[in-house]
Amino acid sequence: MSVDAVLELEWARLRADLVAAGVVVDLGAPGLYAQGPDFVRAYRAFDALLERTFACLDAEVWQFPAVEARPLFERTDYVASFPQLTAALVAFTGGNPEHAELIRVRSDGGRWEELLEPAGVLMSPAACHQLYGVLAGTRLERSRVFDLHGACYRHEPSPDPLRMQAFHQHEYPYVGDAAGALAHRDDAGARMHDLLLGLGLAVDYQVANDPFFGRVGRVLARNQLSAAAKYELTCPVFGADQPPVALGSANYHGTHFATEFSITGPDGEPAHSSCVGLGMERVVLALFAGHGMATADWPDAVRSRLWRGPGERA
Amino acid sequence: MTDHADGDLAAIREALEKFGRLNRPLPEIADDDDLFAAGFTSHATVNVMLAIEDALAIEFPDELLNRTTFASITALANAAAQSRGSR
Repeated sequence: MSVDAVLELEWARLRADLVAAGVVVDLGAPGLYAQGPDFVRAYRAFDALLERTFACLDAEVWQFPAVEARPLFERTDYVASFPQLTAALVAFTGGNPEHAELIRVRSDGGRWEELLEPAGVLMSPAACHQLYGVLAGTRLERSRVFDLHGACYRHEPSPDPLRMQAFHQHEYPYVGDAAGALAHRDDAGARMHDLLLGLGLAVDYQVANDPFFGRVGRVLARNQLSAAAKYELTCPVFGADQPPVALGSANYHGTHFATEFSITGPDGEPAHSSCVGLGMERVVLALFAGHGMATADWPDAVRSRLWRGPGERA
Repeated sequence: MTDHADGDLAAIREALEKFGRLNRPLPEIADDDDLFAAGFTSHATVNVMLAIEDALAIEFPDELLNRTTFASITALANAAAQSRGSR
């Protein structure tokens, strides 16, 4: 059996276990799941633990819409680097004749979505994108750290239960100078690593590259690797013989976002940014995969970290 | 390799002019100057690479898709010559 076929069997097994236990319910498209009560219990407990762990950062908490305005999306360069993950919204903008056409196409079983027009908004692929929109054109008098927990969408339908199309990131971005950005990435990355190890997840912290698209993407991926700009927190969810799954990452962006969004430091030069963040559903699924399909059966050491006092027990 | 076709150098300079987003005027940049020191970014290399490939009807081979290839105008001209030779 090929390596890929073995991995696909592992995906199918975990997906079947999760569905059988009611942890998630398949919503009819690859990577779209309803999350049941035990999933939500674990998600909320882990999120609370994450916030306690990073309370020391005294970060500014912001919330953003799940969709991004097109001009902001453009400034991130995302579609040039990741066209395969990009998703734009379309909307009905017609009148009565177009409505009649839509009804006709739909009743014929046709693709009525093709009659819709680009709506000028795109699904947000990363929780921190819109932060740069907030900071655009500003001059920072001091470094700032943020706490962002938001919905993301990436078009990557997959039978891998850990690769969802719609998910949440909880991120801690830093914007300031180069030394501060690197120190934040390395300190918060190490703290995140310890947090996951403490939950019984055999997580590694290793240099990685983003899945930049195509031939031109190879230049970006190789630059990122040789600069050691990105580290991933990877977990052997499907066993030591299978590729590990990235639960989160710690990234140094250099002046990429600051240059595109005209964000400068006190000296008037482009600011430097970095970000440490997790894919929240991935962490929760790694816990279920590692510790069993019911939070009540998880090891005491894990449960006591997630649910501290008697009043917080699941 | 030191002798580059004038057409190659002109096409490379034109691609950098249009897509390089450098922080110095291109005429001030010598063929051997470090482009990254002149504000060239990883993301800008993507557009420049596609423009050069298009103008010269070449395709950089996989092993040249790295930062060294984009370090200077001379390095790009060498890569263009090498791409032609590898076809």
